[in-house]
Amino acid sequence: MHGEDIMNLDELQAITPYCFALPGRGDAAPVRFFGSRALLEAMDEKVREQITNVAKLPGLVGAAMAMPDAHWGYGFPIGGVAAFDPEQGGIISAGGVGFDISCGIRCLRTPVTLAQLSPVMEPVANALFHAIPAGVGERGTLKFSAPELDEAMMGGARWAIARGFGREEDLRFIEEHGRVAGAVPEHVSTHAKERQKGEMGTLGSGNHYLEVQVVDRIHDEMAARAYGLREGQILIAIHCGSRGLGHQIGTDYLVTLAHAAGRLGISLPDRELACAPIRSPEGEQYLGAMNAAINIALANRQILAHLTREVFARFFPGQEIDTLYDVSHNTCKAEEHVVQGVRKLLYVHRKGATRAFGPGHPSLPEDYRAVGQPVIIGGSMGTGSYVLAGTATSETQSFSSASHGAGRAMSRTQAIKHWRGRELIDELARKGILIRTKSFRGAAEEAPGAYKDVDQVADATENAGLARRVAFLRPKACIKG
Amino acid sequence: MDTPVYHYFDHGADIGIAGYGETLERAFEAAAYAMFSIMVDLDAVKPASPVDFVFEESDVELALVTWLNHLLTEAHTRACVFARFALRHENTRWSGQAWGEPWRDSLERGVEVKGATFTQLSVTHTEHGWEARCVVDV
Repeated sequence: MHGEDIMNLDELQAITPYCFALPGRGDAAPVRFFGSRALLEAMDEKVREQITNVAKLPGLVGAAMAMPDAHWGYGFPIGGVAAFDPEQGGIISAGGVGFDISCGIRCLRTPVTLAQLSPVMEPVANALFHAIPAGVGERGTLKFSAPELDEAMMGGARWAIARGFGREEDLRFIEEHGRVAGAVPEHVSTHAKERQKGEMGTLGSGNHYLEVQVVDRIHDEMAARAYGLREGQILIAIHCGSRGLGHQIGTDYLVTLAHAAGRLGISLPDRELACAPIRSPEGEQYLGAMNAAINIALANRQILAHLTREVFARFFPGQEIDTLYDVSHNTCKAEEHVVQGVRKLLYVHRKGATRAFGPGHPSLPEDYRAVGQPVIIGGSMGTGSYVLAGTATSETQSFSSASHGAGRAMSRTQAIKHWRGRELIDELARKGILIRTKSFRGAAEEAPGAYKDVDQVADATENAGLARRVAFLRPKACIKG
Repeated sequence: MDTPVYHYFDHGADIGIAGYGETLERAFEAAAYAMFSIMVDLDAVKPASPVDFVFEESDVELALVTWLNHLLTEAHTRACVFARFALRHENTRWSGQAWGEPWRDSLERGVEVKGATFTQLSVTHTEHGWEARCVVDV
């Protein structure tokens, strides 16, 4: 546990063994917690406090929801999902998206097997560490001018591919086909654009990583076949977001929206939920800027995927590396959902949560349509990750949302008291997991023991009906920011 | 600048910082020191070239977040890290200065701070002086 108080479960009503409700009260809408009782018992009281505050925001549709990996964040809890109706005064909140706008995972599928990779694992890890700028203060070798960044903000991964980073085929396997609509670079500050100039094609820091993984276990043969997965196969997961541009947009609009909420008389249960109506000048400006940041994140992961392919091509010439899927975690997206039999356009905040469309959804690539959208639960560097598939039930349960990671169980300040980065790296090496990082502090903060049990999170995600497990991935090498 | 007095407090995903001082400005400076110490060992950073900036803010809590975020913006834009800080304020006008140097290979990396948040945000005056605290996103 990281906080001072364990979550009070007294008032929670079990709807199923994996879904618990807090009834609406006064000005608050209902809250739904997804997860096993054991996961909820380990959550901080702050998760309940934060998601209950989200339930008080104007224009919320249905319930405010916490995913099985939820933990205490800022604004919304991480693992928080909430949909707002713009026609009912619904709001958009920068704290409901986060600073790292569209942080997400690009998962690459290689034809290489663990047996083929093992003899060159160390040089591959070193080459990736050399090719992928990672960590605080590291700048990318790629430099883009302000007009080029404006184009990237409009074009996303499509822009990157047009400049030679990757191939057209990738776009089918990226949310929004690589480019979200509604980006308005004019609503992005000069500071934000300046911050991004040296940061395209960089991984960042904190929980960001590039991980080489092996498919260790298949849970769902049919979905695995559709996703092109088989045991012993090597995958690569790239976890990062919109870098300095997104951070600066979050910074700029946190204060702008706080002032807007005051001016518009929105009663905030806590200042950290600073927000404005979607249909207000400030709300629309933030939306335009946030969409620009989503496209920057998609472009950034596209560039990193390209750099990764270049490294692999040196060791495995002629082997094609495909995009399995690219999912974003920190977004507010305009989506159509059916609410009490009526199709509505809603703005769905997912703060540390993954979109998880079920089988048949029209936005899915044909190859995956029968089995549902790939959902990736990124675990810690010592345990493993899961590929899951969206389910039909997640639409009615959670506006098609699911868990995004293992979720922290211990604070960063506690983690650096428990572990030493160097020792941890050596210990993981003895277990056959190579870590490459310039930050021992970062490695200690990201210690596997500081995270929840990813198996429990994936199990709860499946049992709650949010997504079903397809494959378990075991880490072999990890480039940490 | 006197030796800054600061500490860290627990937060589920990120890091809480608290700066202390006899005056509001010294507490804000100490909070800045705490924030940059997450990114690098500040004893190793040369406080060479100064950066100046000014902002307007009438709300003292929002001023703390704005001060910290201004520093992050300047540091990230210039690819540098700051180790010394000075802040003055008169009514709603805040004038800040920070000294640091560009990142170099011999500086051991900590963890990047993305931004200062409103979470656990407070600026309080007690009989012992001022305390300025908030959670920063890493």
